[in-house]
Amino acid sequence: MIDILPFLKKLVTAPGLSGHEAPVRKIIEEAWLPLTDELSVSRLGSLHGLRRGTASEPRQSVLLAAHMDAIGLMVAGTSDGFLRVTQVGGVDPRILPGQPVIVHGREDLPGLVVQPSPRLLPSKYQEDPVPTEYLLVDTGLLPSRVRRLVRLGDLVSFAQLPFETGSETLTGHTLDNRVSVAALTCCLQELQNRPHSWDVWAVATVQEEVTLGGAFTSAFQLKPTLAIAVDVTFASGPGSPEHQTYPLGEGPTLGWGPNIHPALSKAFQELAKRLEIPHVVEAIPEHSGTDVIALQVTTEGIPSMVIGIPLRYMHTPVEMVSMKDITRAGRLLAEFITSLDADFIKKLSWEEQPG
Amino acid sequence: MTNQPQTSKYHPPRLAPAQIRLLERLCNACAISGDEGEVRKIVLEQVRGYLKTSGRPGDVKTDALGNVLVTLPGKSSGSVPRLRVMLDAHMDEVGFMITKDDGKGIFRFEIVGGIDLRQLPGKPVWIGEKHTPGAIGVKPIHLTRREETKKLIELDTLRIDAGPGSNSVKVGDRATFASTFIRLGPSLRGKALDNRLGVTTLIELIKTAPDNIDLLAAFTVQEEIGGRGARVAAYAFNPDLAIVIDSTPAYDLPTWDGSENAVYNCRLGAGPAIYLADSATLADPRLVRHLVDTAETLGIPYQIRQPGSGGTDAGAIHRQRAGIPSISVSVPGRYHHSFASISRLSDWKNTLGLLQATLVRLPGDLLSRDREQ
Repeated sequence: MIDILPFLKKLVTAPGLSGHEAPVRKIIEEAWLPLTDELSVSRLGSLHGLRRGTASEPRQSVLLAAHMDAIGLMVAGTSDGFLRVTQVGGVDPRILPGQPVIVHGREDLPGLVVQPSPRLLPSKYQEDPVPTEYLLVDTGLLPSRVRRLVRLGDLVSFAQLPFETGSETLTGHTLDNRVSVAALTCCLQELQNRPHSWDVWAVATVQEEVTLGGAFTSAFQLKPTLAIAVDVTFASGPGSPEHQTYPLGEGPTLGWGPNIHPALSKAFQELAKRLEIPHVVEAIPEHSGTDVIALQVTTEGIPSMVIGIPLRYMHTPVEMVSMKDITRAGRLLAEFITSLDADFIKKLSWEEQPG
Repeated sequence: MTNQPQTSKYHPPRLAPAQIRLLERLCNACAISGDEGEVRKIVLEQVRGYLKTSGRPGDVKTDALGNVLVTLPGKSSGSVPRLRVMLDAHMDEVGFMITKDDGKGIFRFEIVGGIDLRQLPGKPVWIGEKHTPGAIGVKPIHLTRREETKKLIELDTLRIDAGPGSNSVKVGDRATFASTFIRLGPSLRGKALDNRLGVTTLIELIKTAPDNIDLLAAFTVQEEIGGRGARVAAYAFNPDLAIVIDSTPAYDLPTWDGSENAVYNCRLGAGPAIYLADSATLADPRLVRHLVDTAETLGIPYQIRQPGSGGTDAGAIHRQRAGIPSISVSVPGRYHHSFASISRLSDWKNTLGLLQATLVRLPGDLLSRDREQ
């Protein structure tokens, strides 16, 4: 039995920037090995875990996708022993000054993103936010050593360790989207003692933050009957508009909108209601910012769903998540999977239902 | 301006692992101006411990504002009266104070001391005596318009979020960046290196105090909000002269356009920074000459801090009573008043070395010499 809090802390602490997910994948592989029948790695680096169903072949399958890649920075230049950086994934440059980082050079080097004194910057940045191009990373090392250890293109991860806050929240970087990897792990654990007739593909996808490359290619390769993306969504909190956010600690969100098959969303909503699992419906009018965008349009189209775990301060090193929401998402997924039978797919018909 | 060692007489003092651990403890402690108890406790423990084990006569007290005042009398040598030398290092650091409870673990706060607002977003903090963890979050980039990312995030829109269910934070608590000390090759990184470097140096100077002077050590409060502690400490000590030990900003980074950096203030690795003038104090020329002469005679690396803005406790001390000849010496540090500063171990050693030599070589008649030459 995996204890989710320490597991999540371990996941968050492992590097795994988009396109370079190997360190975190190794940790997920270890956790999923006893929970799956087969584990493999896709051509782009996504982790595929298969739990075989009990129905006779050919079996239907459901794909659960949680991206494992992280946002961060990349070395774009050096200057007198200081590093210049560019972004990998979307980062508000205003959160960068003063962030502790790890520069993945020929060895891992602790560094600090720094905002040079206003006297060293163009005059318009005396008080205004400083764009990433003018920020530097200081490793504290002498220039000669930096030249030897760091090269253009080296990755830079956020280094702040995750920490517990309040009564049951965890705060740290890269909770987007390691919390969903944790939720999938919760789901796989639940399924250990629960028979399910469908095959289950648990997939930790790569490159969601940049190209959705992992979701596109894994959905193509595995050709699931249904696909469910699990990702973080915006939790209400200081600074965030109330109407665009969902409460922290009051359950996962169940997506509803054009990226999602309406009958699939309804099935989840009914199930959550019946099991009294707290949840909120998330209206996504046009475009979900998750792997579901890719899952839905792969091959001839896949009926898809997205489940959101509310997260405060997304894409900052102090993202905050409620642990309860993670386990609730995991349980809901497991309950959904065990409820799948041979006829489920018929419910997804677009034909007008009588009555 | 850097000085190359001219002789081989000088060997930097050795800093044992215990001393670096003491610096680490002091950096990780929280002592926002007006709430210096956590650092004061360590200072008292160190100083009292030393007096007890060494058997050396001395007096330690905490004054009305919270300064720790340590008196170590020297020994008489003939007819020349001993100089009463005040050494000052401020204990406090910049930070925050919780000012309003918005409910559900969310709090408004104000800044104590000078912190650039651009250093706040997206940082973890420690709140109150228990170092309760919290975070200063911002709106996700996904919900932020591109134009908005170019605008300063004002303090009144920021909150400290201790998480739902948090019940140990209250209005009036102090907070600071949750930033842990770390060694980085030849460098040290930590919050409040300004001025725990000074505090650790002063503790060390007490432990190696020479006999030729009366050493009056003040670990002061509230420097970051106006030198209040130093003012009353200088009054109480009534010293002949004062040396302030602080950490001055090193702006020794590349300029944005690659032009020569002529406004570096001081540089890491170039030794202790001796002050001539800042916004608050003109250093006493006799003390400048004595420090520079000590460094050059013994071959101790030093640099002159570029005259300009800034201020230390000397600003309060030199105008106390009928006037107290004063000077400041700093360990250079980058990025003060932010999540973490970076300093060089060698600069710390050489600052300690320069100050030890300065005290031993202090001529009893220094102040009867001409102020200007």
